[in-house]
Amino acid sequence: MVPVGRGMPFIPSVLAVVGAGAARMSRDTPWCLEAFYLIPPGTHANEGIQVGRGKSKEAEIKRINKELANIRSKFKGDRALDGYSKKKYVCKLLFIFLLGHDIDFGHMEAVNLLSSNRYTEKQIGYLFISVLVNSNSELIRLINNAIKNDLASRNPTFMGLALHCIANVGSREMAEAFAGEIPRILVAGDTMDSVKQSAALCLLRLYRTSPDLVPMGDWTSRVVHLLNDQHLGVVTAATSLITTLAQKNPEEFKTSVSLAVSRLSRIVTSASTDLQDYTYYFVPAPWLSVKLLRLLQCYPPPEDPAVRGRLTECLEAILNKAQEPPKSKKVQHSNAKNAVLFEAISLVIHHDSEPNLLVRACNQLGQFLQHRETNLRYLALESMCTLASSEFSHEAVKTHIETVINAPQTERDVSVRQRAVDLLYAMCDRSNAQQIVAEMLSYLETADYSIREEIVLKVAILAEKYAVDYTWYVDTILNLIRIAGDYVSEEVWYRVIQIVINRDDVQGYAAKTVFEALQASACHENLVKVGGYILGEFGNLIAGDPRSSPLTQFHLLHSKFHLCSVPTRALLLSTYIKFVNLFPEVKGTIQDVLRSDSQLKNADVELQQRAVEYLRLSTVASTDILATVLEEMPPFPERESSILAKLKKKKGPSTVTDLEEAKRERSADVNGGPEPAPASTSAVSTPSPSADLLGLGAAPPAPAGPPPSSGGLLVDVFSDSPSAAAPLAPGSEDNFARFVCKNNGVLFENQLLQIGLKSEFRQNLGRMFIFYGNKTSTQFLNFTPTLICSDDLQANLSLQTKPVDPAVDGGAQVQQAVNIECVSDFTEAPVLNIQFRYGGTFQNVSVKLPITLNKFFQPTEMASQDFFQRWKQLSNPQQEVQSIFKAKHPMDTEVTKAKIIGFGSALLEEVDPNPANFVGAGIIHTRTAQIGCLLRLEPNLQAQMYRLTLRTSRETVSQRLCELLSEQF
Amino acid sequence: MIGGLFIYNHKGEVLISRVYRDDIGRNAVDAFRVNVIHARQQVRSPVTNIARTSFFHVKRSNIWLAAVTKQNVNAAMVFEFLYKMCDVMAAYFGKISEENIKNNFVLIYELLDEILDFGYPQNSETGALKTFITQQGIKSQHQTKEEQSQITSQVTGQIGWRWEGIKYRRNELFLDVLESVNLLMSPQGQVLSAHVSGRVVMKSYLSGMPECKFGMNDKIVIEKQGKGTADETSKSGKQSIAIDDCTFHQCVRLSKFDSERSISFIPPDREFELMRYRTTKDIILPFRVIPLVREVGHTKLEVKVVIKSNFKPSLLAQKIEVRIPTPLNTSGVQVICMKGKAKYKASENAIVWKIKRMAGMKESQISAEIELLPTNDKKKWARPPISMNFEVPFAPSGLKVRYLKVFEPKLNYSDHDVIKWVRYIGRSGIYETRC
Repeated sequence: MVPVGRGMPFIPSVLAVVGAGAARMSRDTPWCLEAFYLIPPGTHANEGIQVGRGKSKEAEIKRINKELANIRSKFKGDRALDGYSKKKYVCKLLFIFLLGHDIDFGHMEAVNLLSSNRYTEKQIGYLFISVLVNSNSELIRLINNAIKNDLASRNPTFMGLALHCIANVGSREMAEAFAGEIPRILVAGDTMDSVKQSAALCLLRLYRTSPDLVPMGDWTSRVVHLLNDQHLGVVTAATSLITTLAQKNPEEFKTSVSLAVSRLSRIVTSASTDLQDYTYYFVPAPWLSVKLLRLLQCYPPPEDPAVRGRLTECLEAILNKAQEPPKSKKVQHSNAKNAVLFEAISLVIHHDSEPNLLVRACNQLGQFLQHRETNLRYLALESMCTLASSEFSHEAVKTHIETVINAPQTERDVSVRQRAVDLLYAMCDRSNAQQIVAEMLSYLETADYSIREEIVLKVAILAEKYAVDYTWYVDTILNLIRIAGDYVSEEVWYRVIQIVINRDDVQGYAAKTVFEALQASACHENLVKVGGYILGEFGNLIAGDPRSSPLTQFHLLHSKFHLCSVPTRALLLSTYIKFVNLFPEVKGTIQDVLRSDSQLKNADVELQQRAVEYLRLSTVASTDILATVLEEMPPFPERESSILAKLKKKKGPSTVTDLEEAKRERSADVNGGPEPAPASTSAVSTPSPSADLLGLGAAPPAPAGPPPSSGGLLVDVFSDSPSAAAPLAPGSEDNFARFVCKNNGVLFENQLLQIGLKSEFRQNLGRMFIFYGNKTSTQFLNFTPTLICSDDLQANLSLQTKPVDPAVDGGAQVQQAVNIECVSDFTEAPVLNIQFRYGGTFQNVSVKLPITLNKFFQPTEMASQDFFQRWKQLSNPQQEVQSIFKAKHPMDTEVTKAKIIGFGSALLEEVDPNPANFVGAGIIHTRTAQIGCLLRLEPNLQAQMYRLTLRTSRETVSQRLCELLSEQF
Repeated sequence: MIGGLFIYNHKGEVLISRVYRDDIGRNAVDAFRVNVIHARQQVRSPVTNIARTSFFHVKRSNIWLAAVTKQNVNAAMVFEFLYKMCDVMAAYFGKISEENIKNNFVLIYELLDEILDFGYPQNSETGALKTFITQQGIKSQHQTKEEQSQITSQVTGQIGWRWEGIKYRRNELFLDVLESVNLLMSPQGQVLSAHVSGRVVMKSYLSGMPECKFGMNDKIVIEKQGKGTADETSKSGKQSIAIDDCTFHQCVRLSKFDSERSISFIPPDREFELMRYRTTKDIILPFRVIPLVREVGHTKLEVKVVIKSNFKPSLLAQKIEVRIPTPLNTSGVQVICMKGKAKYKASENAIVWKIKRMAGMKESQISAEIELLPTNDKKKWARPPISMNFEVPFAPSGLKVRYLKVFEPKLNYSDHDVIKWVRYIGRSGIYETRC
């Protein structure tokens, strides 16, 4: 029989009929019997569908074709069918449809059934329509009309049928037609309880599919009062509706809180006899309780102390009941009881205001941790995770640490194990960090592969966050790499290096530990990376020990070299060149390695380039240059741990994020660890962490343009070494000076912006390209660079620029060309001022643009006697400027030569009788005049002094050139 | 190399399961049942690939035969084997039905052991098999050593399909040329595709080890011979046929066919299929179907179909059946036909018109009125083609048996003493006309 009684609440039951029909399509049930089930009471059995079970699929199709042809001939329309047969055939069609065959007729007959006055006929009509009519059918108007009539009929059974049809179809058209009508039925005083219940569920369905179509109005306040209804079915349905509505419009339904609390207290405090019909295995109205508790979770704790007290009482009562011995051994009893309990605990956690309740909830959950039931253990762990983030219950959660620690090892179910790990992470603080991290590490060895990466991230974060002693941190992470190297992501080992570099106290220890770890016969590639980096930076700290002499270190690393992937090899090559700087004694060995064909002719471009450049660098550059170029890495700027970001990404934007935030706030005072970074720095997300983090990728930058001369190559290429690339104050004099002898390079760089220059000069004219690079991922707005010249300068130097696009996209580069003409000699330099908006903040940067007088130098070659002849001609005392100064840089002949050539003058060989002296000559071109210049630089190696003498035809020029050039040595 | 062979009943229950190779696991049996026999959508491809395992199946009434392999086998070979298997089983116990298979499962396993060895097909000649796989079982005490060694030498010898010492009082042979003609024709009567696939089946009751030579009107042979008598071929019109491709029974000497294009062989005893062939040119289409369909409004359809027989008036076609598909929303049909019986079969969504006999060069007509029920489905009726079944006593390809000579030098009977019977049967394959 169809489990649908007249006048009973039955949205679920209609679905049950359809569901049953679908489920019974399995082959082994004799389905002629099933067909009768579909036929409502009142139909004679012998007139049901006599579709027999065929021997095979073909026979079944034949049978159905025949039946369909029969129904078609009945529906032909030449004879009027009585309601009964119409119902019978529509029912058969429905059944055939559920068997999986297409039905393309009979809709009209089904719609006709809707206007019947008999319940069974109406029911089959509605059933057919809910299952078969799609929303864009042209019959929808007729159907809507029939539904409207039924809704207005005041017959509760018919109203129920109509409401179920609306809910089952639930389309937008239905919502458009009836969304206004249903709330009216719901709050009307004379509506029957069962109809109210159906109306509430129907409205809920419509609201879920098309929330915009359900109008909010004065009915909302009356809906809230349904919580007081006598009929428990109505209350249950209404609670579901209100919960959904309140999530979107909390203000409108605020009054429901007190009503819900009083209803809840009535249920909780009632004797089991009061709610006879609604007691499920000795638990009074469990569904309603759960729904009410869930409704209360939409709101903060009630402000009215009376309500609040009552709610606390209720929650206490629920917690008390959990302690009582079970009234029944049946699983349904404990399930219902625990469902209410867990919902109550989530409410307690949501409110997070009653320390007493939180602790009690925690204790209750603690009992569940060792329960036999897997689901209970899972739920307990999950709830505890949220409890652990509450300040009141954090300590209480910690009392269960032993149980939780054992859980990952002993638990059979993988999802429960994962929850246990989550909880360990959540309950970790400074006091138990070492224990928990050790425990997680030991679990990692046996953990499921699916959760290993997550555990690795968690261990890395906890170790960093709660590290008191950074040697412990280093040990932990190295252990982590050893145990689960494959799951250690890039971020984790980047972070180790950041921390080691930023903390002087652990560097030696770290070097020693990695050295020891690398001695294992097989070690993970990530360990090689960390080892290579750390030894390259701090290998010197342990070089004193004969067991870890430079050569041993090198051989140890090189023994791993061939087993590693290309990026790691590249890193190791950088380590080797750093070794050349740290330990000059191994230089030869390293050069041999670099020189070998497997490096110099490596198929990988990156490795080849590194090998070639490093080899050249190690042979050409002096130790001083090496020391500058291969200086120790500067400390990294503090910012949000990239590992945390990774964990968040892995988990998705879920509650974990909130948990993290909460944890972070709590731990901020505990540890000086990762403080919430200021908005501006945290927003500067680095586009490629490896480049930014390592700085190594930038160590040998390719020359931006063609090098001006062969001698100048080294200086040019390496002058922006990592140290110089660090953030500079605007308008730094130091950076300006570097450009006196060169035309191309990076003028300025901070976290947001990089300014590069490329320029060329001929006679008195020049052109400069300024490149503005946006280093962030967000757009710069109102980007306006301006050139500022003093009046004096303006007269002597004419500059012409074109405006640039005011918006610079993230990661993009724009260029600006400046045309320069030197009118007359000048001393000052123009200032480049850049203004833009980044994020919400206004940024302003000014730098001195390196346009100096010597840029207009034209070199002149001349013989020795010519030179001295001219030298003598310029013997006027105003024409000569001499300066004696101390060398600021190591005194290297080649470098000095390169600088003089870079300065613009010709370098004249074999002019000066003293070969140590440098002599140069050239002409400065301006629009108004050409000024001949002669210069002489006499180094004194003993005193580390220089004497620079300049003779030009104009006094001011001599003065300026001397200033410029003397800065260079 | 066939990995295994399974036989299922219509419910998917396994009746016979024989695995020849280790790469086929037990779950292969279930995989086929779940994915093919019980599949939601009917599986129409005879080859199914499930988890890198290929299943080749044929269906005989309600019985599924499936060969399984993990290797890249010659699919045609596997199907050839499966059909042969069906023939062998039919020869042993008649109709292939669930009950027969259940009653003979020991025999079937015995056969499977013999005709497949490690997945390689072996001798599947029924006559030869019957000498040592008997339904009674070999009783060793009744069989002399000599007989046993004779079986061995025969099975392993050069002529595995025939053995010495066969003796008939009357030397007789029957030759059947069985053809099925396939056609797809446009409503205007244009042939879109047509081919004939034919078989020459021979039943021999000949003594000794006779050497036979079969001759037919193969175009190449005729042209080769008839260089002198070219005028004869042109006079009688279509005398020779062009065979597109053909296959022979293993007894035919292929080397001789390749060099001389003559078909000579020592036939197996009793029935066997001598050759199979296919032709596509100059096919005699025995019937022409002329459809006329008219839609009267949305609720009515008028169909008129004329069939014309196109062969000698002296010949009689039999078992003629014309199947006219009706739309899916047919609610009633009225049929009028001059000859035979016509009926609307709702279970097949078609009007079936049956005529018992029809002579050549005649025509007959049917007209039907189909009432339609208006539906809310916008799909137009696809109009499936009208199909036809028939049987005619001639070969639609035009094949003629010219001679079948029998030589038996050892025994004292000659070609003239052999009584020979030749019969031609042309059947319809897929014979469809679009409407």
